[in-house]
Amino acid sequence: MIFAVILAGGTGSRMGVSDTPKQFLEIKGKPILNHTIEKFLPNPRFEKIIVLSPKKWVHHTKEIIKKYTGTTDRITVIEGGATRNETIMNAIAYIDREYTLDDDTIIVTHDSVRPFLTHRIIEENIEAAIRDGACDTVIPATDTIVESEGVVITAIPDRRRMYQGQTPQSFKAKLLHETYMSLSDDEKEILTDAAKILVLKGKKVSLVRGETFNIKITYPYDLKIARSLLEEEIND
Amino acid sequence: MINTIYRLRSPRRFEIAFDELDLSGGVIVRPTHLSICNADQRYYQGTRDIRVLKEKLPMALIHEGIGQVVYDKSGSFNPGDRVVMVPNIPVEDDPYIAENYLRSSKFCGSSADGFLQEYVCIEPERLVLLPEGLDPDVAAFTELVSVSVHAVTRFESIAHERRDHIGVWGDGNLAFITALLLKKMLPQSRIHVFGISREKLSDFSFADGTYLTTDVPDDLILDHAFECVGGNGSPIAIEQIIDLIRPEGTISILGVSEYPVNVNTRMILEKGLRMFGTSRSGKADFRRTVQLYRDYPEIPMYLSRLVGNTVEINTYPDIKRAFEIDAKKAFGKTILHWNI
Repeated sequence: MIFAVILAGGTGSRMGVSDTPKQFLEIKGKPILNHTIEKFLPNPRFEKIIVLSPKKWVHHTKEIIKKYTGTTDRITVIEGGATRNETIMNAIAYIDREYTLDDDTIIVTHDSVRPFLTHRIIEENIEAAIRDGACDTVIPATDTIVESEGVVITAIPDRRRMYQGQTPQSFKAKLLHETYMSLSDDEKEILTDAAKILVLKGKKVSLVRGETFNIKITYPYDLKIARSLLEEEIND
Repeated sequence: MINTIYRLRSPRRFEIAFDELDLSGGVIVRPTHLSICNADQRYYQGTRDIRVLKEKLPMALIHEGIGQVVYDKSGSFNPGDRVVMVPNIPVEDDPYIAENYLRSSKFCGSSADGFLQEYVCIEPERLVLLPEGLDPDVAAFTELVSVSVHAVTRFESIAHERRDHIGVWGDGNLAFITALLLKKMLPQSRIHVFGISREKLSDFSFADGTYLTTDVPDDLILDHAFECVGGNGSPIAIEQIIDLIRPEGTISILGVSEYPVNVNTRMILEKGLRMFGTSRSGKADFRRTVQLYRDYPEIPMYLSRLVGNTVEINTYPDIKRAFEIDAKKAFGKTILHWNI
């Protein structure tokens, strides 16, 4: 079985201007979260779309799904965890509780604030997770990446080998869960995303090509871009 | 849902646009196999009149394609159903004028966005279910086949009933399909094909005769003719048809020409010929086409000879690549595997 796991755990602190988490801000008259969920809805391969929301926003999340996307038993809203990876573990626990968690269970985890992903990206994520066990969506880095531990540069990695991570990140759920449980607290401390759980333990995570327009709406500037994308065009 | 649309902004230049797609309106179809038509190429290469380009672009191209139903609130189709999309969008009914001739009708890839979209929202009556097992690369250009079916259907209602010898002018895709359908739909008729390439004519193995236009036997008699040439070759083909055809015959004009064509009206009058245009097709023609696929499994088999290049479209520069490949082809259809 294949599940979409929409991570709507953000609290909106980086948006600055509002207490409302960014996934609930509207573009073209609809919350960003709904736009994101609706990219998964037409794909019949998903058994369920699991939306994970902060505890105090669970009710609100259910309400806006009903209001803007409509009632469907293919979407469920559950409470997220304290961190991104704890949130994913909550989704896996839900699958284990409600379905059967086995070696073939796939989760496609996605930021709730990336509503511009495409059918191809979703399909390639599913195929890569089935084939390789885990995958990460990336685009080649366009800026030079500079490494530093403080005030001076310590290294400038070869840009040709650098990629910018997007989502979805997709996994065999059982593999991800077992590997996460094997990490020490110190290892868990340095995790920035879910792919790193497997990378830390030397497990294979393959690349899926993303799109430059698969942007993450993090700052007010991104919100402006997202709003203009729905009204204007990107030229080649 | 946010839908990604790939529009031609100006000749040889595509752009990505996003639009909100209403999941509760119409049927949501995921395009899977698309096919490039010469009309798309004329927009892509900018060979249409500059005023037409200015008026119509930006616009998503492609009006030949099939897909899978992903969502249908009306309940007419099930998710996963494989369907062919009818690009003609009528907005009124007329007892005498077919939907494809109504000036008010919209047409995908001409007066509305075509199928170069992540998902297509379309009314259920604009879809026809495809038979199981049909080669999707062939099904992709069903629209073009339906244009020939429409032409033959019109011919059946207009032409007199002596149909012993029918000529088809042209050795391209449209001529191939029209000649093939005539052979199947009018099995008593003998089908003669006239072209300029001996190599291309050799593909018309089902025809009763193939001739170079420069080497037509003196004793050849034709009751009716179909012009499938278009472009600069159109006037020459029509002139030859008028010369060869018997009096009271019909001439079906299918070839598209950008410029007005001189026609020998004196001989049309003297021979009492009937010349009629046929363009595009409607839902009924799509239905008849799909029924022909079912009744004559050899038709899709013959049509598979037209599948030229198949191009995997994974990201939007691939669309441009496919059009460039198609522009260089001599014969056959370029099929897009729409993975984007």
